Amino acid sequence: MYAQLVESGKAETSEQDVAFQKRIDDGIRIEPKDWMPEGYRKTLIRQIGQHAHSEIVGQLPEGNWITRAPTLQRKAILLAKVQDEAGHGLYLYCAAETLGISRDEMTEQLLAGKAKYSSIFNYPTLTWADIGAIGWLVDGAAIMNQVPLQRCSYGPYSRAMIRICKEESFHQRQGFDIMRALVEGTEDQKAMAQDALNRWWWPSLMMFGPSDKDSVHSEQSMRWGIKQNTNDELRQKFVDQTVPQAEWLGLTVPDSELSWNEEKGGYDFGEPDWNEFMEVIKGNGPCNRERLEARQKAWDDGAWFREGLMAHAEKQSAPIAAE
Amino acid sequence: MDAFVTFCLRMGDNALILGQRTAEWCGHAPVLEEDIAFANMGLDLIGQTQLWYGLAAEAEGKGRTPDDLAFLRPERQFLNSLLVEQPNTDFGHALMRQYLFDAWHLPMQEELAKSSHEGVRGLAQKTVKEVRYHLDRSRDLIVRLGDGSEESHKRMQDALDWLWPFTADLLATDEVDAQMADEGIAPVPALIAKAFDAETQATLARATLTIPETRLRRTGGRDGIHTEHMGYILAEMQSLQRTYPGARW
Ligand SMILES: [Fe+2]
Ligand SMILES: [Fe+2]
Ligand SMILES: [Fe+2]
Repeated sequence: MYAQLVESGKAETSEQDVAFQKRIDDGIRIEPKDWMPEGYRKTLIRQIGQHAHSEIVGQLPEGNWITRAPTLQRKAILLAKVQDEAGHGLYLYCAAETLGISRDEMTEQLLAGKAKYSSIFNYPTLTWADIGAIGWLVDGAAIMNQVPLQRCSYGPYSRAMIRICKEESFHQRQGFDIMRALVEGTEDQKAMAQDALNRWWWPSLMMFGPSDKDSVHSEQSMRWGIKQNTNDELRQKFVDQTVPQAEWLGLTVPDSELSWNEEKGGYDFGEPDWNEFMEVIKGNGPCNRERLEARQKAWDDGAWFREGLMAHAEKQSAPIAAE
Repeated sequence: MDAFVTFCLRMGDNALILGQRTAEWCGHAPVLEEDIAFANMGLDLIGQTQLWYGLAAEAEGKGRTPDDLAFLRPERQFLNSLLVEQPNTDFGHALMRQYLFDAWHLPMQEELAKSSHEGVRGLAQKTVKEVRYHLDRSRDLIVRLGDGSEESHKRMQDALDWLWPFTADLLATDEVDAQMADEGIAPVPALIAKAFDAETQATLARATLTIPETRLRRTGGRDGIHTEHMGYILAEMQSLQRTYPGARW
């Protein structure tokens, strides 16, 4: 569907398109009231929507451990983190709404399986160390992806990312600190940390998306200033940043092909299992059904609440205040 | 046990167990704003827990930490009111539980902010703003949903019918409360009961909800006699500390 949009966009390059592209090339932000090509709008809605859904669905694997966090401090930090993620979802839905789609529509797309969210959240959190690994690796990868988006050509998205990135770096440090405490702990705790790294490493690398040569969305998004770096560039950066951290922790990255390449000044590393990635994207990951079911249940069970607030607002004949 | 320690544990246990219940909503609330609000309340409550346990642990002087109090005490030593351990049957129950707790908690914190005990006074002065915000929020939702649609009214009334008997456990008093009041550490219980009645009568009337005429009074939590829900809350909450004794996290 997207590929078609790109093609039709190319076919009818109008004066408006040229002027639009010039604006982007000149580094001038696009704001909601500005003219924009339909493909640009749709790409952004898709991307911001996916990002928002990822924040929302991302509450679930981590929320799974709030009631079991091992200390009061860790519990508070995790709660604050999950609250941040919900807040990120909110900013992002608001940013997407400036493009002419409502939050309810986006939610319906998510629940109908039409809109995607980051495939990483389809993996289960099985031990407390998974909460550390998520903060360290998943928030770490998210930051890699998101820092360049602070310069995204679309103003509201770029501004949302600036707020979000600040909080994400807290999350990453907190996750790393959970891992640190574990590796400084008992043998059981160290094993728990290593096991979490083993399970989260490859899915984290997949968060950057398929290799550049296989990525459909990259090229046009780069021209439009929606994307600044390629998937492979970001993945390389992530590996280069994270491997020394794993070494510092005394943990082993589960990649037999990992080695320092002096010439390129970065690590060589193995290929993630892209078949697994595609399967998870298609809905066949370990927790896809649980995640969507949980969101569907929250939505359905909450219908009376939302309707009740609407009914009250109508009685007051005040402006609708349900959301 | 020392009366002051008992008092602090009752306060801290209320905050912890309600915080635990509140946190169960993360990612499951009816709208995103409520996910955020519930996480926020949970966070406030866990923060208050740490403060109360800090006071309890210090007064007790046995070298226990706030985490020891949270994760290593058995059920019979938890002294929270029965209200806060009641399950998240639906979002209406969660809101009503929160509201009834807040309606007691705010007058309590306001009085504690004048406590003769410096630690208690400081704690209450620090947290009273949070508690006021919680009550403002829960009161507002109770009124809107009670006086909302037919279904929201029914759900809020059901929640009130179920939870009301447990408010007796918030307001129950014993010699510990008498001693705390004598020493000026905590308010005279009757004062809080009066404030609670005034708040709930006014708000529930605005919400078109009816306080159930029941003689049922569910008490015992303050003495460590809980409902059957409590064991599961603790089993979940304490699982890591129990599985890996002595580990640091
Ligand atoms: Fe986030
Ligand atoms: Fe994110
Ligand atoms: Fe995050």
